[in-house]
Amino acid sequence: MTEKSGTEKTMPLWEVFIRSRTGLSHRHCGSLHAPDAEMALQAARDVYTRRGEGLSIWVVPSSAITASDPQDKDALFEPTASKIYRHPTFYEVPEEVGHM
Amino acid sequence: MYAQALNVAEKAHADDPELRARFQRRVDAEEKIEPNDWMPEGYRRTLVRQISQHAHSEIVGMLPEGNWITRAPSLKRKAALLAKVQDEGGHGLYLYSAAETLGVSREELVEQLLTGKAKYSSIFNYPTPSWADIGMIGWLVDGAAIMNQIPLCRCSYGPYARAMIRVCKEESFHQRQGFEIVMTLAKGSPAQKTMAQQALNRWWWPALMMFGPSDRDSQHSDQNMAWKIKRFSNDDLRQKFIDATVPQGHFLGLTFPDPELRFNEATGHWEHGPIDWSEFNRVVRGEGPCNRERLKARQKAHAEGAWVREAALAHAEKRAARKAAAKIAAE
Repeated sequence: MTEKSGTEKTMPLWEVFIRSRTGLSHRHCGSLHAPDAEMALQAARDVYTRRGEGLSIWVVPSSAITASDPQDKDALFEPTASKIYRHPTFYEVPEEVGHM
Repeated sequence: MYAQALNVAEKAHADDPELRARFQRRVDAEEKIEPNDWMPEGYRRTLVRQISQHAHSEIVGMLPEGNWITRAPSLKRKAALLAKVQDEGGHGLYLYSAAETLGVSREELVEQLLTGKAKYSSIFNYPTPSWADIGMIGWLVDGAAIMNQIPLCRCSYGPYARAMIRVCKEESFHQRQGFEIVMTLAKGSPAQKTMAQQALNRWWWPALMMFGPSDRDSQHSDQNMAWKIKRFSNDDLRQKFIDATVPQGHFLGLTFPDPELRFNEATGHWEHGPIDWSEFNRVVRGEGPCNRERLKARQKAHAEGAWVREAALAHAEKRAARKAAAKIAAE
């Protein structure tokens, strides 16, 4: 093997997001290693859009993403569980009023 | 996948019983485990081994089929085979990415494959002497892979499960493509039919071995079931595959190379004769018909591709330097 340097050091990791033809927002679909953004786009096209999966690709350096800490999960997301009044199903609409 | 570069996995309290119990409760509740969540070291190790072996299998799996790309019997079949082999490269990449979320580098994984330290599916150590073998790989090998992989879409480890969903969607093209090749041969001239039958004789037993040792001898099963890495036992999956595949073969007018194969009316299952596990063990040990050839082909490809990786890096550096120079000039 002639390769000397690790991919971690030299080929950064990129997260790939694709917007499907349905017009929804870009969605994370996977990741890949590439030397720079342009080559990451090229590789993302080859690896993740072989069957008309999308009309637009974003690649983002993985190191640029700030993620919530899994330890904080309860503190962050648990409070919404008790706020059922935020859901439309909480409210009753008289039958005579019809669909709302 | 999933910004694994962000947090370094905490090695502290490696196997704290409290954390272990909480982890098991999450798994039991069908919650997905994500890269930065606490997990037992054994769970991490098992997944790294399984996902990387799976990735290696996809990459090595390109070789027996690649053998026929230039000799495919028509342009249509050539294009389809090329697309299929390309998919396998893609599947390998999805899986390497999923393995990397567990804290191993791509480099380490590739090195394990090239030095022969890591295993890959032993099925790819069988040769493809005729075009009919390409049909059998799609119909039987990819068919068996689908049986194995569909339950993996519900694996407790999120990145692996998500990668498998993509893989499974694409595998169904592979299986149909293979079945159609076999069907065309089976309905063709007597010589073509013989070719299909001979290929089935070659691939049937190795395909059954793809599900791994019998439940009586499988080492990892119980823990992997509890961790929901595995959902069905090897023998259950093998039975499912046999029940699905035997009628397809009979439809084609082919016979299976197993004199003991018979349908059990009472259970509704096809019963098969004993599997020669000594052959399986031999191939896993590295003594299959093509083990050496496969490894050599991967080593050669890696070595001969080194300049591409180097050139890509040099190109990126050059572009970055130009950009920086232009910025300085503009200021």
